[in-house]
Amino acid sequence: MANINKLTYDAVIIGGGGSGLRAALQLAQSGLKTAVISKVFPTRSHTVSAQGGITCAIASADPNDDWRWHMYDTVKGSDYIGDQDAIEYMCSVGPQAVFELEHMGLPFSRTENGRIYQRPFGGQSKDYGKGGQAARTCAAADRTGHALLHTLYQANIKAGTEFLNEWYAVDLVTNAAGDVRGVVAICIEDGEVHYVDAKATVLATGGAGRIYASTTNALINTGDGIGMAMRAGIPVQDMEMWQFHPTGIYGAGTLVTEGCRGEGGYLINKDGERFMERYAPNAKDLAGRDVVARAMILELLEGRGGGPEGDHVFLKLDHLGEEVLHSRLPGICELSKTFAHVDPVKEPIPVVPTCHYMMGGLPTNIGGQVLSRDAAGKDKVINGLYACGEAACVSVHGANRLGGNSLLDLVVFGRAAGLQIEQSMKEGFSTDLAVESDIERAMSRLQRLESSNSGESVAQVRKDLQNCMQLHFGVFREGKSMQEGLAKLKVVAERAANVHLPDKTKAFNTARIEALELDNLLEVAMATAVSAEQRTESRGAHARDDFQERDDANWLCHTLYFKGEPGVHRRDVNMQPKTVPSFEPKIRTY
Amino acid sequence: MSQLTVSLYRYNPESDQKPRMQEFQLDLPEGKDLMVLDVLALLKEQDTSITYRRSCREGVCGSDGMNISGKNGLACITSLSQVVKNNKLVLRPLPGLPVIRDLVVDMSLFYKQYERIQPYLINNSPVPSIERLQSPEDRAKLDGLYECILCACCSTSCPSFWWNPEKFVGPAGLLQAWRFLADSRDQATEERLAKLDDPFSVFRCRGIMNCVNVCPKGLNPTKAIGHIRSMLLKQAT
Repeated sequence: MANINKLTYDAVIIGGGGSGLRAALQLAQSGLKTAVISKVFPTRSHTVSAQGGITCAIASADPNDDWRWHMYDTVKGSDYIGDQDAIEYMCSVGPQAVFELEHMGLPFSRTENGRIYQRPFGGQSKDYGKGGQAARTCAAADRTGHALLHTLYQANIKAGTEFLNEWYAVDLVTNAAGDVRGVVAICIEDGEVHYVDAKATVLATGGAGRIYASTTNALINTGDGIGMAMRAGIPVQDMEMWQFHPTGIYGAGTLVTEGCRGEGGYLINKDGERFMERYAPNAKDLAGRDVVARAMILELLEGRGGGPEGDHVFLKLDHLGEEVLHSRLPGICELSKTFAHVDPVKEPIPVVPTCHYMMGGLPTNIGGQVLSRDAAGKDKVINGLYACGEAACVSVHGANRLGGNSLLDLVVFGRAAGLQIEQSMKEGFSTDLAVESDIERAMSRLQRLESSNSGESVAQVRKDLQNCMQLHFGVFREGKSMQEGLAKLKVVAERAANVHLPDKTKAFNTARIEALELDNLLEVAMATAVSAEQRTESRGAHARDDFQERDDANWLCHTLYFKGEPGVHRRDVNMQPKTVPSFEPKIRTY
Repeated sequence: MSQLTVSLYRYNPESDQKPRMQEFQLDLPEGKDLMVLDVLALLKEQDTSITYRRSCREGVCGSDGMNISGKNGLACITSLSQVVKNNKLVLRPLPGLPVIRDLVVDMSLFYKQYERIQPYLINNSPVPSIERLQSPEDRAKLDGLYECILCACCSTSCPSFWWNPEKFVGPAGLLQAWRFLADSRDQATEERLAKLDDPFSVFRCRGIMNCVNVCPKGLNPTKAIGHIRSMLLKQAT
C-alpha cells in the first residue's frame, strides 16, 4: 500500500476550468510549487461551453456604469441569500480581473471606440433598479467561455504551470487533526495511483448538472469535488438551489445563451404570443432566469406549448436579421442547426428549461478557504482546503444566479484563492504530514471497485438517479413528491454501493472513472434532495407548490448539509458589505 | 427500427498484441438522427471496455475527434445521416498519432507543436488601467482563428504532419501562430517569425487542404499558413 508514488507540492489545484486555471496562474506567478490535476485536458473543461459573456461594470457600454448597481442586481437576483460582503468583493474587484483577462489576450468583441463590447443580460439594471435595462455583459461573440478558457490556459503555458492532465482525483487525504493534506489520484493513461501531497488543496471541480437527466452541462460535470469533500465530513451549502436555464435546446439539452434575448430575441408560445409580457411586464424576457423558467413551465402546463406533445416553447430570433445573428451569435446558429435542425435566421428555436448551474456548493470565505461549523455553530476554517468556481458557494449567487456572473465568479474567486494561499504560505502556514492510514482511507473506494465481482452496471444506476432528480426535484417542487424522491434515492444509494466494474485493466479505463464519478453524483443528489425537502418556502430557483411564498422570518439563511444527516443546519447570510450600505430584502419583481 | 453495424477499432495494450476491428450490431430508435457519440454511449452500455474521450457533447471542447467512416470529425456533432452508408459505420482513432486504447490517441506531439508557437499574447508595454483598445476591424482579423478547439482533426489528416510530426508545426499550431501574428495587440512578430523560419515548421505545408476539409469549426488553416508564408518570404527579400 505504502509503495504508491508520492508527489509533493505547495499547492495542488483539482480542476482545469476557469477558476482552477485562474488560481493556478496566480500561484505559478507567485513562485509556489503548484500543479493542476485535471481529468480532461484543460481546454475540454466545461467553462469552454459558456457563451454569452462575463458581467462586469467596466463602463464601456455606459460610461457612468457603477459596480454598486451590479451589486444591487446580484443581491436582488440571489433573492437575498447571496452574501453581501462576497458580492461586494466580486463586483468591485471584477473590472480589474476582466482587464487582466484582456491583457492576457482574450479576444473580446469590440465597440466602435475600441473598448470591450457589452450586451444586455437578464436581471441587469442601472441606478439600483431605477434606471432601466443595463448592458453589462462583456462578450467575445457568443463564445466567451471558449475564449476565456483558452486564454487562461495559454497564460498558464506562458507562466510555466505544471499540469497533471487526464489525472482523476479520487479522495481527499486528511490528517489526524482533520486538516486536508492533498489527494489520492489516478493517472488515467496508465492507471497508476499516486498520492499528491500539498499544503494547500484547491477544489475547482465545477458543477454537477449530470445529476439531472436533462442538463446543459458537459458529461464530465459530476460534482467530484463536492463528493470528495462530503466524504471527508465537510458540509455543503444551499444545495437545493439549482438553476434551470430557460433556453436549453428541446430534446438535446444544449445551451442557447441568454445573450440571444439580450440582443433582442424573445420567447413565444405555440400561438406566437410573447408571453413574458404577462409574467414580467418591465424586464419581460430579461427577467431573472428562475422567473423566466417558471413562466415557461406554466405556459406548458396551461396547454400553450408547441409540438405534438405540447412540451416546449420557442425562442424567436429571425427578426434580428442575418447580419446580427451571424456576427453576434454565430455559435448559436451552428448549435441550432446541429441539434434542433433549425436555422434561427428563418425559424424560431424550440427550447425548454434545462438544468444549468449549481448555486450551492462548498461554503467558503472570500479567500476560498472552505468552512465547516464548530460545536457552537460558528464558522470554522478547514485547514489546507480551498474551493472556487461553481464547486464553491462563497456565496455570490444565493438562490438564483444572474447570467454572466458565473464567469466573473470564476476569475475573481480563482484569483482570490490564489492570493489567499500565497499570503498564507508567506505567513508560514503548514499542517502535519499525512500518515499511511490517512492515505489508505482515501483509497478505499478504489479497493472496493477492484474487488467487485458482481453487481449492477454503473450506467443503469446513474440513469435511475438522473430520472429521479428530474422527476422529483425539477423547476417546481412539492413536499410529498420530494419525499418519494428521497426514498428512491436511498435505494439508488444502496445500489451504487454495489456496482460492478467488469473491466479491471489499467490503461485508460474510463469505466473505472465513471464508477468513481457515480459516487459523487450520488452525494450531490442526496444533498440536493434533503436540502430541498427541508427548505419549506419558495425562494429564487427553489419553487415549491406547497410553500409558494418566500419566508424571510424562517429562511433568510443558508442551509448546511452534512453527509448522512437527516436534515440541514441554518447558517447566517452576510448582510454587511464593507464599503456600501447593506441591501435590505424587498419583494423581488421584474 | 433499423439496424446499424458499427465496426470499431479496438486495442487494449494490456490484452491485445495488435489492434483489431470489432463489429457490433445496434438497433436504432425510429425517427431520430443520432450523433456518432450517442452510438458510442449505447455501445458502452453493452461493453463498458469501449474507450473514447468525450466532454461537452456539443462540439466546443474538442475531446471526441476521431476518424468516422474515413473522415476525421467530432463524434458529438456528426449525425449518422451524414456518415452511415449501407447501414454501416466505421470508427477509428485519429490517424498518425500513437494509440493508447481504442479511440484514444496520445496527443502529446500535437500539444507540443501548439506550445511551440508561443500561443499567448506577447506585449511588454506597460499595462493600461483599462483594457488595451482594439478597433472592431482589427478584432475581426481574429475571426476564423481564435475559435480553434484543439481537436486535432486537421493535423491528423495532414500527410505532412504524419511524416514530420516533430518538425512541421501542423495546421492547428500554425492557425494559432497566425492568430497571434494577426492580433493588433501583439508585439512579437519578429520573434514569432524567426522561430518559424526553417524548411519544416511552415514550409512543409504542401497545400493539400485536408485540414480545411475536415475542420469541424469551418476554419481555414491553409489560408493562415499562406499568410505566414508570405510574411516569411517578404522578410527574406
